[in-house]
Amino acid sequence: MVTGDVKLIGSWASVFVMRARIALNLKSISYEFLQETYGTKSELLLKSNPVHKKIPVLIHDDKPVCESNIIVQYIDEAWSSYGLSILPSQPYDRAIARFWAAYVDDKWFIALRSILTARGEEEKKAAIAEVEERTDHLEKAFIECSNGKPFFNGDHIGYLDIALGSFLGWWKVVELDANHILLDETKTPSLFQWAERFCNDPDVKPLMPETTKLAEFARKLFPKPQA
Amino acid sequence: MADEVILLDYWPSAFGMRTRIALEEKNIKFEHREQDLFNKSQILLEMNPVHKKIPVLIHNGKPVCESLIQVEYIDETWPGGNSLLPSDPYQRAQAKFWGDFIDKKVSGPTWVLWGGKGEEQEAGKKEFIEVLKTLETELGDKAYFGGETFGYVDIALIGFYCWFDAYEKFANFSIEAECPKVIAWAKRCLKRESVAKSLPDPDKITKYVPELKKRLGME
Repeated sequence: MVTGDVKLIGSWASVFVMRARIALNLKSISYEFLQETYGTKSELLLKSNPVHKKIPVLIHDDKPVCESNIIVQYIDEAWSSYGLSILPSQPYDRAIARFWAAYVDDKWFIALRSILTARGEEEKKAAIAEVEERTDHLEKAFIECSNGKPFFNGDHIGYLDIALGSFLGWWKVVELDANHILLDETKTPSLFQWAERFCNDPDVKPLMPETTKLAEFARKLFPKPQA
Repeated sequence: MADEVILLDYWPSAFGMRTRIALEEKNIKFEHREQDLFNKSQILLEMNPVHKKIPVLIHNGKPVCESLIQVEYIDETWPGGNSLLPSDPYQRAQAKFWGDFIDKKVSGPTWVLWGGKGEEQEAGKKEFIEVLKTLETELGDKAYFGGETFGYVDIALIGFYCWFDAYEKFANFSIEAECPKVIAWAKRCLKRESVAKSLPDPDKITKYVPELKKRLGME
């Protein structure tokens, strides 16, 4: 089967880029990874994503696809006969997966990020409380979606697993930064166990950045204000 | 067995209009239930406990939330008749990209056009025009965003059109002067029955704004 020419513009540290890479791995698609240098944007990136100028950008036979969740859906559709389905088969289950993936981006991630950008203890505490509340929603979502199976998508990882699971590297980094457990084995046991399974998946493991390296990068991206 | 389709909605919402249009395009019979967002109903809180927002599409008792997710759900559940999304994966990805762009960039600056003032409103006006111009460039000389056929991106954007008169009045500017192709596109969309049925009269929106500002405590 001919997969065409596939390139991915991205960065090793980006959650959103990881989503695309996991999806490509799931479909066993070979691609050229074009690593962007932190602090600069390549000509190709600016040309391929003139609207947002952001990574990831998937370029399939010279045609760019932007926005990580859209890229994952595109990969599932363009190579539908390769490997297993990334999205559920039923329209209702697809709508639920899309709803929670949007929640991860619009609500959960924003809260997680605000821990890193919080100024002072009060702001940090409030941000942590928000993340805990929203993670609780995701625990319920997992129970609902997985229906007793190991992943949000059932027997194998899918769209929503990828949407949330790609954050696991950063999730650990934020925990260290906040000095506070954010994925609690007793408070959200299903998610906790899912996280371990997700990280050990062979299509995910080689892509998950190493915590120390990511923490060092985080300090560059989110410098602490001088006391 | 007949499908039971209920839409929890709020008449001025550009997001609710998307779902209404999609249902009309597919000729789906549905029950429209107007919601009071200042006194949220039990059913709204039950069916959308996470966001407590409209629109909520309830299909045979099961809720689907978020307007563009609803549009896609409607297209997949009732595949006959007018297609709302293209079948080609690349075209679909493009449609979703622009739907996402509209979600991120259009609704943000619009509240300040009817509800803001001074510098904040000026900045909002500038941002709004820039966003519309980007959409206008994307539209080009096509009849609709997807080409010859009305679809997802048109549905994502058209609901904001009935608010244009209000934006122009309260922010004191002309959208047609800045983006004539967008206005021409909108008038073309309004010729479709699904759109004409689903968009309230712009006059009604403009008259409602002062009341809305009062209720939101924005004076």
